[in-house]
Amino acid sequence: MKAQTKETIAAYGFLTPNLLGFLLFTSLPVMASLVLSFCKWDALSGPPVFVGVDNFIQLFQDELFWKYSYNTVFMMLSIPLSMAGSLILALALNQKLKGIVVFRTLYFLPTICSGVAIYMLWKLIYNPDFGVLNMMIAKAGEMVGLTLKGPYWLHDEAWSKPALIIMGVWQTVGGYNMVLYLAALQGVPRDFYDAAEVDGANSWHKFWAVTWPQISPTTFFIAIMSVIGGFQAGFDPAYVMTGGGPNGSTTTLIYYLYNSAFSWNQMGYAAAIAWVLFVIVFMFTILQWRFYGRTVHY
Amino acid sequence: MNAEQLKRRHRQRQFVKKTGAYIFLTIGAVTMVGPFLWMVSTSLKNPGDVFSYSKVWWSEWIPTKFVWQNYVQAWHVVPFAKFYLNSIFVSFAITLGQVATSAMAAYSFARLRFPGRDRLFFAYLATMMVPGAVTMIPVFILLEKLGWVDTFKAMILPSMFTAYGTFMLRQFFMTLPRDLEDAAKIDGCSYTGIFWRIILPLSKPALATLTTFTFMGSWMSFMWPLIVMNTHEKFTLPIGLAYFQSLHGTDWTLLMAGSLMMILPILLVFMFNQRFFVEGIKLSGIKG
Repeated sequence: MKAQTKETIAAYGFLTPNLLGFLLFTSLPVMASLVLSFCKWDALSGPPVFVGVDNFIQLFQDELFWKYSYNTVFMMLSIPLSMAGSLILALALNQKLKGIVVFRTLYFLPTICSGVAIYMLWKLIYNPDFGVLNMMIAKAGEMVGLTLKGPYWLHDEAWSKPALIIMGVWQTVGGYNMVLYLAALQGVPRDFYDAAEVDGANSWHKFWAVTWPQISPTTFFIAIMSVIGGFQAGFDPAYVMTGGGPNGSTTTLIYYLYNSAFSWNQMGYAAAIAWVLFVIVFMFTILQWRFYGRTVHY
Repeated sequence: MNAEQLKRRHRQRQFVKKTGAYIFLTIGAVTMVGPFLWMVSTSLKNPGDVFSYSKVWWSEWIPTKFVWQNYVQAWHVVPFAKFYLNSIFVSFAITLGQVATSAMAAYSFARLRFPGRDRLFFAYLATMMVPGAVTMIPVFILLEKLGWVDTFKAMILPSMFTAYGTFMLRQFFMTLPRDLEDAAKIDGCSYTGIFWRIILPLSKPALATLTTFTFMGSWMSFMWPLIVMNTHEKFTLPIGLAYFQSLHGTDWTLLMAGSLMMILPILLVFMFNQRFFVEGIKLSGIKG
């Protein structure tokens, strides 16, 4: 047998397990879901019925879809907040201090433990009557002689989204983004700062003239990844903490998709939501590349 | 101003800057850890004390009496031990499957030449952009047709193959020196031998990183198990805990005890594998 034939056989041998799984659980499903998005199907009675672009027309006329899209985008306010926090923490950690590892470990805890347990904890924290947050607000008020009453948080349509955003910032601020920023800060050449000092720059100037442009690839990377993640986020916390309420104020697109498919058996409609999501994510990637492409400093 | 004075001023400014940084970082650390302390404190409280309120600012943070019984009780109101075993089994199976199949495919992509390699690899890369939401529904329908819904297979199999793991390991394998392999080939070593005896031992850090991330990801996985599982006895911890909440939503002491028991193994994994996190992030620039 020729060496090349042998190599090809070996190569496909190594690929087979992954390739089979890939075909069965990724490639075929992607195509199936595209087909499904043009069908009506309740997954119970009979085969799917082809309805053309009806699902998409219905979707764009669906007030709930627009409401939940707005929710999804609104919750992404946590991205700039968390990124700014990560950068500030990374700048503080970058001062060659002792005990960096301790701080980094503590900051990482919320990221590591993300999940149902943490959402349950925050549901308790946000409890309007005996939650520790409102208790602290009330006590802080007493100290200065005021009667303060915290908001109803998860029970109030106006406060439910900010509540989830605050939790989201707490969860992500000291995690992967901070580590990425720390690595980026350590990669900025010392000479640049020395040169800026010779020119008489203070810390503020140095940050904007040297640090910020130098770490912009990292900022760019984190922003893109977060936005892409943001469009698909929001199911787990909302399911555990609010059930999507009050009055749908914490339902995001992925939650709507879940309900459409698995609560209301509208498989075709849900597939259409998935594809809209996919297109948004895809366009955002390209748009961001174009937009940031000019300001990113390589 | 002489040099001595300048030096002293510089040192003073450094001191102020560092002190400021410490204060700031400490406030940050308290904010990060505070909620966890609340979790611990609630889990040890007398159920009635959860609703108590006093004038002293710190009094709610320390239980008046440590009720260890909460942990025992949390273990018994729902089949917590079952959830634990299920989670361990499912997470191990997913991790083992994912690391093994990814490593094999990555070796093929990184080191072997075969027709269609680059196109196939591009297809893998392209799917990394596809949101999980797109494949979720068809995979569920497929599992239903196979009669696998509400079985461990439904939780494990779809999560066993990822383009991401393949991509990450391939990038790492590409950086390994080829000399050892060439020498082994001359000695008549088979491809399997090279993979097993050279590539894998050299890739321990990357494999450890992927293992850690995959394990933690599957331990916390919520949405997919929620979709495919119905029988309580087969629940993993995350959906088991949510089920617990649906039954005893106001038993905060028990809920917090259960939550703590759920995150404990993750904390241990993190403490022992911490360097893999930092390395892993740098290695591939991945998130979550």
